[in-house]
Amino acid sequence: MIETRNLSKRYGDFVAVDGISFKVEPGQVLGFLGPNGAGKSTTMKMLAGFLTPSAGGASICGHDVVDSALAAKRLVGYLPEGAPSYGEMSVIGFLGFIADIRGLTGELRRRQLDDTIGRLSLQGVVQQSIDTLSKGFKRRVGLAQAILHDPKVLVLDEPTDGLDPNQKHEVRALIQAMAKDKTIIVSTHILEEVHAVCNRAIIIARGKVLADDTPAALEARSRFHQAVSLSTDNAQAARDVLVRIGDVAAVEIDAQDQRVTAFPRPGKAIFGAVVDALTSSGIQVREIALEQGRLDEVFRQITTRPKEAA
Amino acid sequence: MNPTRILFRRELASYFATPVAYVFIVIFLLLSGAFTFYMGGFYERGQADLQPFFGFHPWLYLFLIPAVAMRLWAEERKSGSIELLLTLPVTMGQAVLGKFLAAWAFVGIALALTFPIWITVNYLGDPDNGVIVASYLGSLLMAGAFLAVGSCLSAMTRNQVVAFILTVVACFVLLLAGFPMVLDFFRGLGFAQGVIDAISGLSFLTHFNAISKGVLDLRDLFYFGLMIGFWLYATTIVIDLKKAD
Repeated sequence: MIETRNLSKRYGDFVAVDGISFKVEPGQVLGFLGPNGAGKSTTMKMLAGFLTPSAGGASICGHDVVDSALAAKRLVGYLPEGAPSYGEMSVIGFLGFIADIRGLTGELRRRQLDDTIGRLSLQGVVQQSIDTLSKGFKRRVGLAQAILHDPKVLVLDEPTDGLDPNQKHEVRALIQAMAKDKTIIVSTHILEEVHAVCNRAIIIARGKVLADDTPAALEARSRFHQAVSLSTDNAQAARDVLVRIGDVAAVEIDAQDQRVTAFPRPGKAIFGAVVDALTSSGIQVREIALEQGRLDEVFRQITTRPKEAA
Repeated sequence: MNPTRILFRRELASYFATPVAYVFIVIFLLLSGAFTFYMGGFYERGQADLQPFFGFHPWLYLFLIPAVAMRLWAEERKSGSIELLLTLPVTMGQAVLGKFLAAWAFVGIALALTFPIWITVNYLGDPDNGVIVASYLGSLLMAGAFLAVGSCLSAMTRNQVVAFILTVVACFVLLLAGFPMVLDFFRGLGFAQGVIDAISGLSFLTHFNAISKGVLDLRDLFYFGLMIGFWLYATTIVIDLKKAD
């Protein structure tokens, strides 16, 4: 479990993290979203015990990250941004060092090393020095280091940054497989990732929490939520038909691909009415879809609005 | 196992994983040999002792030790591995001590590899081996003090070159603290005689020379111990202050 209470970090006059409070329970995978410089990494560094909060506090499974730092650190697996490690060491040497410092010994040490190396498919490179590895492998070594001691809490700062699509998929599958009994925080700015692994998302900008919800509920904030989009050869005619439906608030035609999108009035479902109207007016449709909402749009909306107001 | 020992082992192994260790050891041995035989007049003196050998150590250390110490923390900060290190279940003190001891052991290995000169002098004559042992001990202690200064200054920057230069300057001042060059400078700043005396008492050179005469005075040992302790403690404070940058 992770809990933060009014967690803040100030550098002189600059407020990097401004009174963040949240609680993450075991089984939750929290996606930490925000523009660059929003305070994501700073928050994670405080959770991992690297930075000391300027005000407020945080605890890992009841251990305060400042007052009982060692106890908290033992329970956390942390992947710092950029997955730093000791480049001159071999993969096995590095992971062995982490295992020692994490207090793993004997059979448990051997098992955890084998298990972690297998999980991250590092078998082929264990003897290589980390400096010589590709970016994807370096990232996986960083992940291996974080999960080696089977921690209760995982704090992962951009775990899939720099990975190719296949590796991203593997890492996400790994996070999901570990999610059952762990508390996991993942920071990312790849929004599709939130869908793929998180069951909760927090959006922060300028050090403040702006939204805290499930990915689906965040999507529901989008004006695309429950909208109907379709492609047809006769976009203008389709629009003329659709604007006459009572529950349709607006119809837009994308200037680029001529895709027609009908937006519902709040809380209304229009899919049936749209299909009926198109059929009865005889407009041929190549393809039609019910939109779930677009997270990137919600993200932009949430993170840019306060600035424009100011 | 104790975290300090695990960190120590990792650090020491990392010296030998890169060419740093071999370059340092070879240069150290070459220079200490050259100084002893050519500039120290080892043969010409006609005395069976290692005075010419140890006499050059402070000057050798002045440039070689900062080269070892500069990477201690600056490299960790530059590569970001400091974030990994300090989020492992180790205390700041264990991290600082483990890294320092590894660097010290490494210099100790280099120093131990000068043993042929000890054999040489024993072959040529009948030296006072007690004095030689004391001198080795003094040399090692002085190296530790240099390293502790370097550790602290290396923590101040992520740039190893800056760390190197700062350490050379700081060590130079500490080395010559008992000499007019440094004392006149402080006198010029208008310090009281008490302060000047205190500064002159901080000199590496006077304490090292005392030990290498074969006189193991507790005060000299205590001085180096205190020096190392102080600078390592300062290192922990500097890291705490600077780690967010």
